[in-house]
Amino acid sequence: MKRIAGMPESMSAVVTHYCPGCSHGVLHRIIAELIDELDLRGRTVGVASVGCSVLAYNYFETDFVQAPHGRAPAVATGVKRARPNLFVFTYQGDGDMAAIGTAEIIHAAARGERITAIMYNNSIYGMTGGQMSPTTLMGAVTATTPYGRSEENGRPYRMAELLAQMPGTAYVARTHVADVANIVKTKQAVRKAFEAQIRGLGFSMVEVLGNCPTNWGMTPAESNRYVLTEMLSYFPVGEFKDVTKEALAGVHA
Amino acid sequence: MRAIKLELDQDRCKGCELCTEACPREVLAMGSQIHALGYRAAVAIAPERCTGCRACALVCPEVVFTIYKTA
Repeated sequence: MKRIAGMPESMSAVVTHYCPGCSHGVLHRIIAELIDELDLRGRTVGVASVGCSVLAYNYFETDFVQAPHGRAPAVATGVKRARPNLFVFTYQGDGDMAAIGTAEIIHAAARGERITAIMYNNSIYGMTGGQMSPTTLMGAVTATTPYGRSEENGRPYRMAELLAQMPGTAYVARTHVADVANIVKTKQAVRKAFEAQIRGLGFSMVEVLGNCPTNWGMTPAESNRYVLTEMLSYFPVGEFKDVTKEALAGVHA
Repeated sequence: MRAIKLELDQDRCKGCELCTEACPREVLAMGSQIHALGYRAAVAIAPERCTGCRACALVCPEVVFTIYKTA
């Protein structure tokens, strides 16, 4: 019989520390499956962020570096420049990429570093106890906005659109992992981002909308519905930049 | 007739119930036993109804499901 679903070889067979229903596990599996399918396992270096995904190195059967808070794109730049034949990706949350690491991600994208950044956007600081992040929706109640995010906190900003306008980016997309169809689409987007790096087209990034049942105070099913309704109304899914087709056709990107 | 084999690694399950909601054929339900991690694991109550659509395996954050299918 043919195995059509199961544990990817690039994923460690340990129980994760993530809360029940957390979509981090889904995104980990997607990345591990692609590392298997693209046969990258022997030359992959992942760069973990600070946040819930700080322990990502425990869950991948590849080499991993754990970067200081927000500095994953800078560490990944160093790894990739020193060893250009390696496949290098970062795995960051919204607090890591959109708050503390804004300088690093924007300049890595502008320079067109040949790395892939995966952003897990659940609009909250999960690991530290549910504080407001730059992508927290207006009105959302968090530990630091007990009456809901208001104008004095500013408005959430859209990282994928911001990076899409950077000259060095080859592929930038936003997807979500709150239902079956979009989990499949997320895998397609991450595959394109990985292939953009493999072909040396430039910086690639996928922003993946996910849940945080614990800090949102919802059941896993309710939190996925929150992604499908509230988050999708502010963060549209789609491909914001894609030069992979032009590059295939031989057109100057 | 295609044969499907659905395996659950219940020791990994954290009882989030996303698979029972995703399964279109009501193959899965939550069990009553509490395992070592302190969660109730999903169980296959009607594996003969499984079509191998992989919906459970796609939504599962813990990679509980392994599915085999004859070609």
